[in-house]
Amino acid sequence: MRNDMVPFRLPPLRSLLAPLTGLTLFLAVWQGVASQIDTTLGKFPGPVETWQQFTNLIEEYQQEKIREQKFYERQRIRNEKKLQENPNAEIVWREYRGMPTFFDKIRRSLITVASGFLLGSLIAIPVGLLIGISKTAYSAINPIIQVLKPISPIAWLPLVTIVVSAVYVSESPLFDKAYLTSMFVVMLCSLWPTIINTAAGVGSVTRDMQNVSRVLRLSPLTHLRKIVLPCTIPSMFTGLRISLGIAWMVLIAAEMLAQNPGLGKFVWDEFQNGSSQSLARIMVAVVTIGIIGFLLDRLMLLAQRWVSWDKTATLR
Amino acid sequence: MNPPLPHLELSQVSIEFPTPKGPFRALRDINLKIAKGEFLSLIGHSGCGKSTVLNIIAGLYQPTEGVVLLNDREVREPGPERAVVFQNHSLLPWLNVYENVKLAVDQVFRDKPSSWKKEWIEHNLKLVHMDHARHKYPAEISGGMKQRVGIARALAMQPEVLLMDEPFGALDALTRAHLQDSLMEIQETLKNTVIMITHDVDEAVLLSDRIVMMTNGPEATIGEILPINLPRPRNRLTLSKDPTYAALRAHVLDFLYAKQARRIEEGVLA
Ligand SMILES: Nc1ncnc2c1ncn2[C@@H]1O[C@H](COP(=O)(O)OP(=O)(O)OP(=O)(O)O)[C@@H](O)[C@H]1O
Ligand SMILES: [Mg+2]
Repeated sequence: MRNDMVPFRLPPLRSLLAPLTGLTLFLAVWQGVASQIDTTLGKFPGPVETWQQFTNLIEEYQQEKIREQKFYERQRIRNEKKLQENPNAEIVWREYRGMPTFFDKIRRSLITVASGFLLGSLIAIPVGLLIGISKTAYSAINPIIQVLKPISPIAWLPLVTIVVSAVYVSESPLFDKAYLTSMFVVMLCSLWPTIINTAAGVGSVTRDMQNVSRVLRLSPLTHLRKIVLPCTIPSMFTGLRISLGIAWMVLIAAEMLAQNPGLGKFVWDEFQNGSSQSLARIMVAVVTIGIIGFLLDRLMLLAQRWVSWDKTATLR
Repeated sequence: MNPPLPHLELSQVSIEFPTPKGPFRALRDINLKIAKGEFLSLIGHSGCGKSTVLNIIAGLYQPTEGVVLLNDREVREPGPERAVVFQNHSLLPWLNVYENVKLAVDQVFRDKPSSWKKEWIEHNLKLVHMDHARHKYPAEISGGMKQRVGIARALAMQPEVLLMDEPFGALDALTRAHLQDSLMEIQETLKNTVIMITHDVDEAVLLSDRIVMMTNGPEATIGEILPINLPRPRNRLTLSKDPTYAALRAHVLDFLYAKQARRIEEGVLA
């Protein structure tokens, strides 16, 4: 019995040594280089100033939360009073509309990228399957894809903005236009890698697999479900992962231009603001963008590993 | 004694493949009558068109001329009553051993209750001695094991005709001998009609009722049909000392290496 028990082990120190050394060196170089750069807004922020601004941003967030609580507290008391005076009084609950904090902006960015990416994938996967299965569809659609693919999504942004303004007119809009514009731009750029990789995945269905399906007389739908889809999934997820990476990069630029209150707008506002803290605050955003991008990629990698039937393939 | 009614018949079958250099006539005038329960081997040099014959019977290829009749009905498309064991097993890599067989069983025996299907799948895996590895994935088992699962999948369709394209081609001698013995055993009990392609003369003589020897392509056709009148059950060890066995073996070898010797100098391989 005792032999069966796997003792709990910390990751060996040696495996942490290299990444930690790398990180320390990076921070040292950053600090060193930063102190050499003088800007109109003071010295370029090093790791220390960046960390300070990060704690400031947390503090601002907490203060904002307290303000919000107080607002609702006041509102509750006011409404109770009203009811005491007149039980039939009309009660109005107002939403708190404070300044979005750094963390609200992170959330906004995540929601925008997720919705754009999902919408894009919902379009891209069926299109990829279609052009993978049908040669006719492939020759009809492939030239268009090849021309649209290299266009920077930012080039679309003015067009998307104008189209959204013209088409999306509603009395009480569920979504604001800045969000929609950014979301559509994200959607546009997350189409291509998914389409291309899904189609390539369909191409990996071998003649033998097709013959198995024909001998069994699988119906087209069963063929799609039992043969084509499972065969395509690893490649499809490779495409999805590339798409999400691009989507996150493009989102930041789109938010700057469309003024969607996410991380992109945060950077833009600080740039316009130009206070002595601005550079360090931008630096916080930059690091945050990097870390979130990394986490999103890890998430997709996990999904990719989970759905991949080829457990021997090394995914990294 | 009446000759048995032909169960499967190929009549004047020819096939042309379109190529950039114009149509390529791979087979011509194939005539063959096969009785129910017969074990037939197809032997011939590489590239002569054995797989093409099998694919035509399977319905995966359409002959340019002639017809294939199964129980007097023309074969026009593939179907599970003509199960195929493909040359390279062609298991689906995302399904485990059990699920690979299940795919076929679910399709062929749609109306049966699932408990019956489960038993049937297990029964067929037992036939090829693969029930112990039912949860393994194709990537986790050896070539011989994959081939056995391929055979189990084909048998589980309960086909009238079992078509096998070099089922033991890529295996080592020991595994091959073992699988040949299992195949003889299975065919003894199930009495399927079997058509098997092979490159191995010993295998052909050991397993077959008749050996169909094909001429070299292009325009390959049947050169000779050799009946193997060895009593069953056959045992490879006793047969190896049997003079009839030796004569039959020599006959096939003579056909392949004297009459149909590959004209390499004429560029057949090129
Ligand atoms: N789909 C196809 N299109 C064009 N030519 C084909 C096609 N399939 C087979 N051929 C040609 O037909 C001939 C016979 O091929 P086939 O695969 O039947 O040979 P084989 O006897 O099975 O060979 P091997 O023993 O090497 O498997 C070959 O010359 C091959 O090039
Ligand atoms: Mg072949």
